[in-house]
Amino acid sequence: MDSNKMKKTLTPYGYLAPTLILMMILLVVPIIMVIRYSMYNNVIAEKNPVFVGFANYATVLSSKDFWNAIKHTLYFVIVSIIAHMLIGMIFALILNTNYLGTRTKGIFRAIYALPWMFTASVIAITWRMILDPNGVLNYLIQLFHISDTQITFLASRDIALRSVTLINIWSGYPFYMISILAGLQGISTDLYEASALDGANEVQTFFRITIPQLKPILISLIMLDFVWTLQQFALIWMTTGGGPVNATETVSTWIYKQGFTKFQYSMASTGAVILLILCTIIGIFYVRHQLAED
Amino acid sequence: MIGRKKPLVKVLIIVLLILGTFWAGFPVLWMLSNSFKGNAEMFANPPALITKNFSFSAYGKIFANPEQVRFFINSYVISAIVVVLTLFIGIMAAYAFSRFSFKGKGVINTVIVAVQAVPPITLLIPYLSLIVSLKIFNTYGALVLTYLVFTLPYCILMVTGYLNTMPKDLDEAVMIDGGSRWTALWKILIPSAIPGLVSVGMYTFMQAWNEYLFALTLTKTNDMRTVPVGINLLMGQHAYEWNQMMAMSVLGSLPILVLFLFFQKYFIAGMTAGAVKS
Repeated sequence: MDSNKMKKTLTPYGYLAPTLILMMILLVVPIIMVIRYSMYNNVIAEKNPVFVGFANYATVLSSKDFWNAIKHTLYFVIVSIIAHMLIGMIFALILNTNYLGTRTKGIFRAIYALPWMFTASVIAITWRMILDPNGVLNYLIQLFHISDTQITFLASRDIALRSVTLINIWSGYPFYMISILAGLQGISTDLYEASALDGANEVQTFFRITIPQLKPILISLIMLDFVWTLQQFALIWMTTGGGPVNATETVSTWIYKQGFTKFQYSMASTGAVILLILCTIIGIFYVRHQLAED
Repeated sequence: MIGRKKPLVKVLIIVLLILGTFWAGFPVLWMLSNSFKGNAEMFANPPALITKNFSFSAYGKIFANPEQVRFFINSYVISAIVVVLTLFIGIMAAYAFSRFSFKGKGVINTVIVAVQAVPPITLLIPYLSLIVSLKIFNTYGALVLTYLVFTLPYCILMVTGYLNTMPKDLDEAVMIDGGSRWTALWKILIPSAIPGLVSVGMYTFMQAWNEYLFALTLTKTNDMRTVPVGINLLMGQHAYEWNQMMAMSVLGSLPILVLFLFFQKYFIAGMTAGAVKS
């Protein structure tokens, strides 16, 4: 190869070099490390860890606490996704009707998008205040005689998981709303006119035109939300810390506690690899879906 | 939708608008309202939206406390560095993807798309040993480097998309005039991609500003803490300073609110790119 040709072949790698180096050191290497950690008895804490193969996986997968965490995570994820979808869809439809002027729509779009602007710790602390036994929600509940006793939303084992899910629903629906709204605005009016000519009513039009047209967006939303909610840590950590007595323990708080309060880094790594596998599976479907659309 | 407006539907929409406003807006309003209260009135019965003792004292206390001001400085500095580096490194990588075909392109591209599905908590434990052995534990470097892993993929994918829409003739015209590819990229292509880059930059800023897990575990001393961790620290230290925590929450949310208000179009374009194809 002459030097000019060689330069030409090497140029793209030059442009990619910073990305490649960074991804190698901070992505590929750590993933190999975490898989390796998951196959040793206690790493980091122990000077000379011993290779144990898949023994940690057997321990984690037969642990009642871990399965409880999986159960809570699934509840948290599935209820969040359904509620996000419903609220997002309703708000998007309202913001897309011709009953409201453009200005009004703009104002309400900004109001409805509000929860999007706040970071997890702000959301956590604000809701902790609202849901406090002496907080404003309990005041309203007693004012309207819904319950005569104070409800300990975050400190009761029976309802803490539901409360945390509610907070996550509040913080996550705007993404659906805005994405669905963009999708609605992209549907051609011809389709609606044709449907009206066929004598379809609004409900029929919604299920025959709107939903099928939105389908690719809805599928993307569900998959993205699944991956994001599955690994939600900050919100749960700062509202309940996984408690009371594991009532809101999810896979990510379980991993964090194994590592940073129990110093069982191998167990934490094993949980982390299991979570990574779950996310990768969904990730593959997401990539395929996105590619199929192009 | 075309056709007649029905009064019943109109009533339904108004009811939903009011309920929706309460649901979305009340927590935010309550945060704002409580940041102006005295700490003793925080859980007063009946609660008041606007207190008689309205004051800015909670804000004053935060600005008077250097430790807390430091949280904000840290967050701004780290987010700014992350945005600049992400755009710089990401634009270079996007240029390679958009203008060249080379060995390994498919694999590298797949890895970059796949990173978006990697949960940060998976990398947390290896990061702890890596960051310690790189001797950057408890520094800005630890956070900037780890944030880049999660901000770059989005930037690269988006910018590759923008560059693909620009004809290759543009680069070639520059090179015929004796310019290099480097000049073509930064002097010709990038200036016309500014609106898209604003969206990417805002999304990146938001990712960095909101990050919690790494900020919690890869820094140790209070002078290295960022706003999300700082707010929570306030809760641990003085469990009852609710008004200060609310004031800090308001201040910590301002940059994102300002970005949203002034650049709503770009903001929305950046945030929905994962689900909506234009």
